[in-house]
Amino acid sequence: MTHSPRVGLFVTCLVDLFRPNVGFAAIKLLEKAGCQVEVPTAQTCCGQPAYNNGDWANSRAIAKQVIELFYDFDYIVAPSGSCIGMLKRHYPQLFEADKKWQVKAQAFAERCYELVSFLTDVCQIKIEAGFAQTVTYHDSCSGLRELGIAKQPRQLLSDVQGINLRDMNESDVCCGFGGTFCVKYPDISARLVSDKVANIEETNADVLLAGDMGCLLNIAGRLKRLNSSVKVYHIAEVLANMTNVPAIND
Amino acid sequence: MKSTPHAFKYQAKQALKNIHLQSALARSKSHFIDKRRAAIDALPEFDALRQRARKIKEHTLAHLDFYLEEFEKQVQNSGGEVHWAETPDSACEQIISIAKAAKAQRVTKGKSMICEEIALNSALEKAGFDVVETDLGEYIIQLAKEPPSHIIAPAVHKTREQVADLFHQHHQKYGLNEKLSEIPDLVNEARHVLREKFLSADVGITGANFLIAKTGSTVIVTNEGNGDLTNTLPRIHIVVTSIEKVVPTLEDCTTLLRLLARSATGQEITSYTTFSTGPRRREDLDGPTEFHVVLVDNGRSSLLGSEFHDMLRCIRCGACLNHCPVYGAVGGHAYGWVYPGPMGSVLTPLMLGLKEAGELPNASTLCGRCEAVCPMQIPLPKLLRAHRVKEYQAKLSPFSGRFALKLWAFFAKKPRLYHRLTALMIRLLAKLGCRRYLPFAGGWTESRDLPVPQGKTFMAAWKE
Repeated sequence: MTHSPRVGLFVTCLVDLFRPNVGFAAIKLLEKAGCQVEVPTAQTCCGQPAYNNGDWANSRAIAKQVIELFYDFDYIVAPSGSCIGMLKRHYPQLFEADKKWQVKAQAFAERCYELVSFLTDVCQIKIEAGFAQTVTYHDSCSGLRELGIAKQPRQLLSDVQGINLRDMNESDVCCGFGGTFCVKYPDISARLVSDKVANIEETNADVLLAGDMGCLLNIAGRLKRLNSSVKVYHIAEVLANMTNVPAIND
Repeated sequence: MKSTPHAFKYQAKQALKNIHLQSALARSKSHFIDKRRAAIDALPEFDALRQRARKIKEHTLAHLDFYLEEFEKQVQNSGGEVHWAETPDSACEQIISIAKAAKAQRVTKGKSMICEEIALNSALEKAGFDVVETDLGEYIIQLAKEPPSHIIAPAVHKTREQVADLFHQHHQKYGLNEKLSEIPDLVNEARHVLREKFLSADVGITGANFLIAKTGSTVIVTNEGNGDLTNTLPRIHIVVTSIEKVVPTLEDCTTLLRLLARSATGQEITSYTTFSTGPRRREDLDGPTEFHVVLVDNGRSSLLGSEFHDMLRCIRCGACLNHCPVYGAVGGHAYGWVYPGPMGSVLTPLMLGLKEAGELPNASTLCGRCEAVCPMQIPLPKLLRAHRVKEYQAKLSPFSGRFALKLWAFFAKKPRLYHRLTALMIRLLAKLGCRRYLPFAGGWTESRDLPVPQGKTFMAAWKE
């Protein structure tokens, strides 16, 4: 890692709206890892809803906006596998017919990282946090399959004092969020999140962690509806020792 | 077969409530996944094989005309005939005229998805033939008058009790009076009834997993041996297949075979792998006297070089179905046509049109598990998205959804306005507290609460 790189934090729209604590946790972790963190305020969303729903014209316009806004940073980091999957894997695909922008999107993509993998693969951070709870971790689909993130979160969590990590069955299976899928196909989504919740509860964990707000809101919403005692936090909140706020499902 | 992909939502809802289906799906789910995993863990070169298989298919598709003509020439050299069929109707007509010319009455069939695609059974029955499915799963659903719900396990949606009932109901005419409950007894009962059908059939119809250009051979993989009895006992053997099944050589075929069984059932190789090359020769002791191959296009040639080109690599292993959470929840019939799951959600709109099947590519969380397990590395999520783009451009998706998307994009492109508006909205939501119902968010709140936002947006808090 270059000395004190300039990192642009892509907050993500769901963290911005529902869970600012995750954004501040990300900043704390990145600064601790020796980065200079900046948050460009003209950011909104990565454009994934338009991309996945066939509106590529708007998705391209939003992608250009993100690329321009963050282009000059050494690294672009977000507390989300889904949004980084969009920036890193899908932006170049959006511009397949536009050579100039494709080159730019590709160069941009190479500097985009999901927070947890950035902290381990690029920074080798040392975690100083305590969380005396039994936790289980849900692998978000994009983080796992688009970015290959599986070991990194478990590795960092094992450095948290007092934590007891218990893997659930089918931790790699979708929770049923799927962006607009969860409102377009509520019956199927409800079934998938119920299966996920059953796997979570089977571990007897106190806390569910994941790296993506989409999955977390979905699972938290279901747990809350079922009056479950399992609490839901974003993994960054635990790693940054910032769990002194109500859980996502409180 | 009646096509109802447009009713996917309704069908999925019904499927989720169907306890027989749910118990059958729950039973088969980990079975396929665990067996595949074990087979692949035992084969370190699996990924290298995938690369090679992909190259073989890419090469063949790039020279498809050459290999198909080579295949035809070799079939003719070995005494067989090739029939080209651009459409399902043309395929059915040609098959019926072969069977009529042979004065056939009874037709036995091996499992074949392309026969489902061209709706062959109903065409044959309409033309007066007695059609008998001989794959156990296919036989069961033929009795139940249902289409297959899985491309390699057609009756996977049926429980043992349902099969016992079906046999009890339909086999009384063969002398079955008691209701069987054990699986070996059910299998023996089917074997007993099917044996007589095999021996009295005039025409045997099979599909093909691969066609070998260099030798003019057709290849099927089965686990029951019914394929062999179908293609050797009757006088006439008709292979119904599609143009993308061809590979150049026997060796290429074996590369693909190594991937197919492991990906499909977790076997290293299926119980039977059968190569058919031409009709019976003078010195052969058995085999058909006529050998026909019907090559169906049904739109495949138009996919060459298109954005859906990659789909032509599919070898119909079913791994994407087995690993799809949506398929696992609703089963195959909800998809409303021949091909379910991720591969079906790509293929069905290509064959029936987006207007009929536009729901299918949307009914996916794009979780990417299908692509991860596909032995042919088909980027299924990318192809599902390609359908969504076409659907959006043709304004086939619901107006309300497109309107909401446009509205959201309008604000997402205007950061200052976006942040002012969202700050207000979130303050309001936070004040309301946890919601069990929200207007315009019924899809969410039907089964979930809406978590309470922390209070301020990140941007509002950051600026302070």
